[in-house]
Amino acid sequence: MERFITQDNLQRFAAGLAEKKNVLAPVASGGTTTFRRLRPGMQLDFSRMAVISPKDATFPRNETLLTVQHYPEESGKRMELQEHLPEGEMVVIGCRPCGTRGKLVFDPVYETQAIKDPYYIRRRDGATFITLACARPETTCFCHSVGSGPADEEGSDILLTAVEGGFVAKAVTEKGEQLLGDSLFEDAGAKAEEAAASNASARKLMGEAHDFSSAAEKLLKRFDDMDFWQTQSDKCISCGACTYMCPTCYCFNITDDEAGLVSRRLRTWDNCMSHTFTLEGSGHNPRSTKAHRLKNRMGHKFSYYPDLHGGQIACCGCGRCIKQCPAGVDIRQVVMAAQEYPDER
Amino acid sequence: MSGEVSQLEELKAAIRGQLDSLDCVIGWEQGYDPLHATPLFIRSEADLERLTISPLAVHNPATYTTGFKGKKIGLVVRGCHSRSVIELLNEKLIERDEVVLFGLCCDGVVSQRKIRAALPADPGFVEAVELGKDELHITVAGEQATLKLQEVLADKCLHCAYPDPLVADVLIGEKHAPRQAASPACQDAFEALGNEEKLAFWQDTMSRCIRCYACRNVCPMCVCQDHCIATSRDHLWMSQENTPVENFMFQMIHVSHLTGRCTECGECERACPVDIPLMLLRRYMNKQVREVFGHQAGIALDKTPPLLTFQVEEARIKERDW
Repeated sequence: MERFITQDNLQRFAAGLAEKKNVLAPVASGGTTTFRRLRPGMQLDFSRMAVISPKDATFPRNETLLTVQHYPEESGKRMELQEHLPEGEMVVIGCRPCGTRGKLVFDPVYETQAIKDPYYIRRRDGATFITLACARPETTCFCHSVGSGPADEEGSDILLTAVEGGFVAKAVTEKGEQLLGDSLFEDAGAKAEEAAASNASARKLMGEAHDFSSAAEKLLKRFDDMDFWQTQSDKCISCGACTYMCPTCYCFNITDDEAGLVSRRLRTWDNCMSHTFTLEGSGHNPRSTKAHRLKNRMGHKFSYYPDLHGGQIACCGCGRCIKQCPAGVDIRQVVMAAQEYPDER
Repeated sequence: MSGEVSQLEELKAAIRGQLDSLDCVIGWEQGYDPLHATPLFIRSEADLERLTISPLAVHNPATYTTGFKGKKIGLVVRGCHSRSVIELLNEKLIERDEVVLFGLCCDGVVSQRKIRAALPADPGFVEAVELGKDELHITVAGEQATLKLQEVLADKCLHCAYPDPLVADVLIGEKHAPRQAASPACQDAFEALGNEEKLAFWQDTMSRCIRCYACRNVCPMCVCQDHCIATSRDHLWMSQENTPVENFMFQMIHVSHLTGRCTECGECERACPVDIPLMLLRRYMNKQVREVFGHQAGIALDKTPPLLTFQVEEARIKERDW
């Protein structure tokens, strides 16, 4: 089903949804655009890809997993434990296909036969993704090289395509179809063709895709070549901008915040580029330098993860890690350098 | 433009002459698109060919020096970068005989944020960049735009008092006439706000912070590296909770650890992926240090930052009169 909505009506539609549900949308503030909880008076900003990915919707940067209330000994009670499972629904509006697809990398890890992460699963199942197709690639975009494209519908409930005067909205799931029943949506008519043409043109503008299929094997071949990784990581400053911007990075840390008799167990995003990520209790650190850590980040996304999960690359090609890296480390260049490295005779 | 070309050749020749005796020389090359440069670690003639010194080459190479302890490296430094080197030397964090400084008399570098604001389309769609003497000609999403360099210079460059390296082994370019430092308009506007407004500003701005620590890791003076109080896990000194209060707390720690040490290279603010104007805090702290101790970091060799030493009687703190 395809419908049309004007720009103003999309803003109205989002504001209406925000009265009933949590809505996460790109909002401009302080010279940048990030996903924010849509509050009355906030305007959607579709003028650029939001700097931070929509990962917060399904995997927030910080959440309280549980609270523990301890009791003084004389009370006879010891402690009470309260779990904080996420409640309610979340609608994400204006994410791009790459950001939406981030969760597809989470699924094989956080919902397996053996292990199910209830926090993630509840958020994912309670989330609706109204994705905006990209009209033109940025210099850092490479979704087409990791099995996607600028109008990829996978993971979305609705796909919006910008056309003259507004957007064509295509229902991808039943959940999406229900939302398109809102009276603010009109008959798409000839606009549907305009949207199809725009999506085809966007794909064409991306040019030829790079073939990463040899990366898994080639990265393993460089595993013990620390000279290679030292050179590749020269300019890296070992911060967390890349991993925290990344829609697919799913590692977390757990800490306990204690205050008096109450303690809260927090889960926060973790960052494999940080020294503490693999710091062991003994003081030993198997990834003691940024070269070791960069090797792991590249290897995980383009080799170890695909090996475990049917060849799926753990990267959605959004380019945020390239664009936001303070030193301009380019993930494509690093993986390609491993791919192009001459084989030993 | 021709001036810059001849300076680049002069610089390349100077580096070429010393490359064999150095582990590497850190400069810049074009990055992932024509609008962005990236640090370049020169180890061969082929690397050297990629060197650029255009106003797009913004990164402070001094940040990397402490990672090369015990090795001899070269750095291409602008005025502000040389201040970071001086401060590192003064704090004995690097050795003078382990760095060769290729100094550039600098006419300023760009602010990518100002370029974004001035362009007719998202800079992500950039196709070509041509550098004129005083302007940038940028093709973006099929449109041509000409930006005056002066209008897109980083704030730190607008009133820079030290455009020429204060320490260098080789100096490229012509020295500038002495200049007076001044605080940028954005600083004055912020400081004129009332406390309530400042609080509201930081509450909103710090809600964007994701604690990626790009500001910390890019800072040439943040040398605790893997032992930062903000991420220590034994003991957990700081909550990992990502609230404006905790985020601001980290920034307070960061700026106070830089007291009398910050050389205002602006890297923290440049590196911030969510555009938090961190220099508002740095400049304010530096102003206090100038007023209380008469000290400015990184402008002279053999000076110890005031909080790393003590005087029995501080010249400007009249304790006896209290």
